[in-house]
Amino acid sequence: MNMQSITLGQYLPGETVMHRLDPRGKILLTLAYIVGVFLAEGPVGYLATALLVFLCARLARISMRYLTRGLKPLRFIILFTAVLNLFMGGGDAVLVRVWFLTITETGLRNAVYFALRLIFLVLGTSLLTLTTSPIALTDALERLLSPLRVVKFPAHELAMMMTIALRFIPTLMEETDKIMKAQSARGADFETGNLLRRARAMVPLLVPLFISAFRRAGDLAMAMEARCYRGGKGRTRMRVLHWTMADAWAALIVAAYIALCVAEGVWL
Amino acid sequence: MSIVAQALTHTYMPGSPFQSTAIHDVSLTVGDGDFLALIGHTGSGKTTLVMHLNALLRPTSGRVLVDGQDINEKGYDRREVRRRVGLVFQYPEHQLFEETVAKDVAFGPNNLGLSEAEVRERADEALARVGLSRSEVADRSPFELSGGQMRRVAIAGVLAMRPEVLILDEPTAGLDPAGRRDILGLIERLHAEGTTVVMVSHSMEDVARLATRIAVMCKGRLAMLGSPREVFARGKELAEMGLDVPAAVQLAQALRARGLPVPEDIYRMDALRAWIDARYRGEEVAP
Repeated sequence: MNMQSITLGQYLPGETVMHRLDPRGKILLTLAYIVGVFLAEGPVGYLATALLVFLCARLARISMRYLTRGLKPLRFIILFTAVLNLFMGGGDAVLVRVWFLTITETGLRNAVYFALRLIFLVLGTSLLTLTTSPIALTDALERLLSPLRVVKFPAHELAMMMTIALRFIPTLMEETDKIMKAQSARGADFETGNLLRRARAMVPLLVPLFISAFRRAGDLAMAMEARCYRGGKGRTRMRVLHWTMADAWAALIVAAYIALCVAEGVWL
Repeated sequence: MSIVAQALTHTYMPGSPFQSTAIHDVSLTVGDGDFLALIGHTGSGKTTLVMHLNALLRPTSGRVLVDGQDINEKGYDRREVRRRVGLVFQYPEHQLFEETVAKDVAFGPNNLGLSEAEVRERADEALARVGLSRSEVADRSPFELSGGQMRRVAIAGVLAMRPEVLILDEPTAGLDPAGRRDILGLIERLHAEGTTVVMVSHSMEDVARLATRIAVMCKGRLAMLGSPREVFARGKELAEMGLDVPAAVQLAQALRARGLPVPEDIYRMDALRAWIDARYRGEEVAP
């Protein structure tokens, strides 16, 4: 299983400004950034987006090469979107016409912009997860969602479930790899055969994996209760989040970015 | 059959920030009829090394030759290597999945594409070899068995492929003393019957008692390779690597320190006892 190329959702530990930003702020600013990417409608907006991503990557000391690797699994979706837009553009300014396919100026522009939008979406959100540990992320999410407690929304439980799920993804992936190897040693074949055969070949993998997941869940519940866990009520925090100068700067930069995108849409 | 590892190096996740080299330039030979023990502390690369010996991992560089043929070459049938070189992973009972013990043990032979009768015969034979009676366990769910029994079923699942070389990764980890004795007795018997054995172990006592050769891994490199006598004579180096020497070697050293001329080549408790017995009866001992 080749999971090594997926950078989306992975965390690269570090000590940079980007890593130290308040995770609550980072989540909100990333949401704002996503809105910005969709508001961007011209060369100025996209250039600003590219600059912003580049700046953040530099600040986080993450090479553009590593960052753009996250695009690889998505290359077909991006290509598909671009091609679809290319031929579905509409408008009058026809550039090329082959058989029933027509490429218009609007189509070409849309194709480029939509592809760029997807690329920037992935890069921007990758930056969030690459510089924020899963624990910090869920912690921040819990805080951001906690006002919803008044409508009985289980913010703490949801955050705890996400933390546990994230924590166990690598463990279970390792386990999957181990069981696959063990069954391969007994002659199992996961790679050849038709769909039905391959689906059936998964049984010797899935049964042990589920058994081990259940076992781990039982152990974990026991260990949590042994340490007096009884939900979020009255629970204090080890990491208290602080809003710093850097966070203010980050908010200002993103605000400026969005203002630029909107301004381009309105005046240019 | 023989397995030759030549300058094996394996790097996990090359090119990513998580890159790590698990084994580095390891060369060794497993000869026909050998009992090779692989020792070294956790993370020294033992498991990574054994996964190369039946083509479960491809080396980043270096070669693995089985009977003189490179098993990672294009066109070489890796499944044939996996039949001839059986690998029992650590905690192998975690890989049981079938409804009944008999079906689980038959998984390997079934994958070889044998006839039903042949599969059944091999499964029965493998269960008998690990000391489980067919009538008692064959139709039960493997998950109802005790930990020691589950492990024996899992080992039977590998034996049913009739491997010529059996590799076991810490086969006694997490078992009670009775379970350990059962498994070690089984391995000893298999070796006596002609199976070549490679065993990863943390127990110096087991290694001293069973192994004909010992390979010591340290930080991904092969630190020592030789007979138990040669390896355990370098007790100080072993201690520096965070490893022990068998109790018999420690006892012999203590006796030597008190002036008793215990020969340097004694590393097994039974040999030490025989030497002391003989000495106090005033007999000469053959070295």
